[in-house]
Amino acid sequence: MPKMPSERKEEQYLKEREEFFKALPKLNRRQFLKVAMASAAVALAKNQFPPHSFQLVEAVEAKQGGGTEVKFRFAYISDTHLYERKLNERFVRAALKAVQDVNALDPQPDFVLFGGDLAQLGQPEELKLGKEILSEVKAKIYMMVGEHDWYLDLGEKWIELFGQQYYSFDHKGVHFIVLNSVIVDDYWTEAKMTPMERMKFMAQLDNPKGRPFTVGKGYGDVGRKQFEWLKQDLAKVSKDTPVVVFSHSPLYKYYKPWNFWTDDAEEVQALLRPFKNVTVIHGHTHQPVFNKIGNINFYGMLSTAWPWPYAPTGLPKLTIKMNRADPFDQFDGTGDGTVEILANGKANKIYNLWSREPMKVTARYLESGGREEVPPLPVDPSF
Amino acid sequence: MKRKIALFSLIFLAGIFLSGKNDSSAIDGKGDKKSEKKVITACDGETQVVLNDVSKDEVMSREKAQEVAGMLLATYQQQKKYQSTKFTRRDSLIWERELKAMIEEGYKWFHDPSLGTNGISCDMCHPDAADNHPETYPKFQIQLKRIALLRDMINWCIENPMEGKPLKEDDPRMKAMEAYIIWARANQDPRPHAKILNPGKR
Repeated sequence: MPKMPSERKEEQYLKEREEFFKALPKLNRRQFLKVAMASAAVALAKNQFPPHSFQLVEAVEAKQGGGTEVKFRFAYISDTHLYERKLNERFVRAALKAVQDVNALDPQPDFVLFGGDLAQLGQPEELKLGKEILSEVKAKIYMMVGEHDWYLDLGEKWIELFGQQYYSFDHKGVHFIVLNSVIVDDYWTEAKMTPMERMKFMAQLDNPKGRPFTVGKGYGDVGRKQFEWLKQDLAKVSKDTPVVVFSHSPLYKYYKPWNFWTDDAEEVQALLRPFKNVTVIHGHTHQPVFNKIGNINFYGMLSTAWPWPYAPTGLPKLTIKMNRADPFDQFDGTGDGTVEILANGKANKIYNLWSREPMKVTARYLESGGREEVPPLPVDPSF
Repeated sequence: MKRKIALFSLIFLAGIFLSGKNDSSAIDGKGDKKSEKKVITACDGETQVVLNDVSKDEVMSREKAQEVAGMLLATYQQQKKYQSTKFTRRDSLIWERELKAMIEEGYKWFHDPSLGTNGISCDMCHPDAADNHPETYPKFQIQLKRIALLRDMINWCIENPMEGKPLKEDDPRMKAMEAYIIWARANQDPRPHAKILNPGKR
């Protein structure tokens, strides 16, 4: 009996799969297996089995010894946008789901980064609820601020609960920097806004009068002091040391009308230019978005609360869009994720999308100009 | 050529005038009830044809009705007011202002969490009304298992993520939000698929 095309495809797939798994060295790291299964599942779902579906994992394995082995991992949770529990359970559920995910990681991540926008309107009850939820995380947690945490009281409560708004630390030979990248010009004093008016003005993403984020400018001297600190902090780091910068806003210019933007991005990038390996990991954009500018690789984080649409213009060329989120599924387009720091100082990013297959974006993908280790294309892109 | 048209319309208008006269005499009640003429008025509420060969309560055949409709349209088109639907700058400013007011009303509700109960407002997931693609409705909405209009999806969001009560379909807030969504797609999205929308064009 002649075989149907689909059967032939299946046969080919099974053969490829078998060979693929045979070729893999014995895995002691479950994460790799998970990614391998994920890429196989994606290929299955797309009803196509090109061999390159598996290249992602094979390439990583094959290059072991070339510095591409994973040195350590950390996880992230970002943009929980919590209201008070009695007002909104929905976002609380999502934040708890992320905590559960991170706690279930085996092996445990070396630490967890929180990417900002813990609260929706910067209220003490929201921030305290966030602290309570995050206190369940087993690994050490590093906190970063977002504009939703900041503009009710200009960071007073956040600093009281979580400490410094910008700082750096070293971990296993990597220099980590956490910034407050949401500093804007004073728009409230002249307009005589109440603190809540100031907060709501800032909380509206599509506010036509909104002010662009900066690291080193803006109201008072917060930004200017931070920029000076950043310069001095980097001066102490050798140029060969891998540097990972956490910022809430993307440290580049993506789409100004939604503040997917840092107005003094070029100045910050200039400080980072002398370093051999720089990775910037940012929140705020609530979507898989990745970019490369000069020596810097950029990865955006997912939100637990909701996905933002991709902006109509300005999307970095290297970004591969996630699938269009199904609004009927609260958890589609949202999630958390992990970052692998490789022995060569590069960073790979895994988007753990809650209702889809995980999406892995490697430094190699970015550095090959999007030619190698291409993440799966969306089946159902947004438009 | 122009003179011919003018002459033709003059005869036509005279015809209407004359038949109108007949008609008014019938309405005056001078004629016999049975011989009352049938008067058909166009949707502008002004243009009329008076039929000498059809009585008031008679139901016309389809052919006759088609003929009458043709006459009514021809009469309508002959009238000067139709031929020159010119509007002044003042008119268009008024219309623009009206449209702008409705869009602004829609913008206001689109950014207002009071449509729901949990603090969420439409703009939180749809900045500048993005990802609504109003140009794709009506469509079979798989999740709802039926044809949906844009307003059905607005109500779905109000009921589900926003945990509020759905609006009536003719609720002015619903109409205003539809106006805003269509306007935003056409004006704030530079990609070609959004350009098929052209709210306010005439």
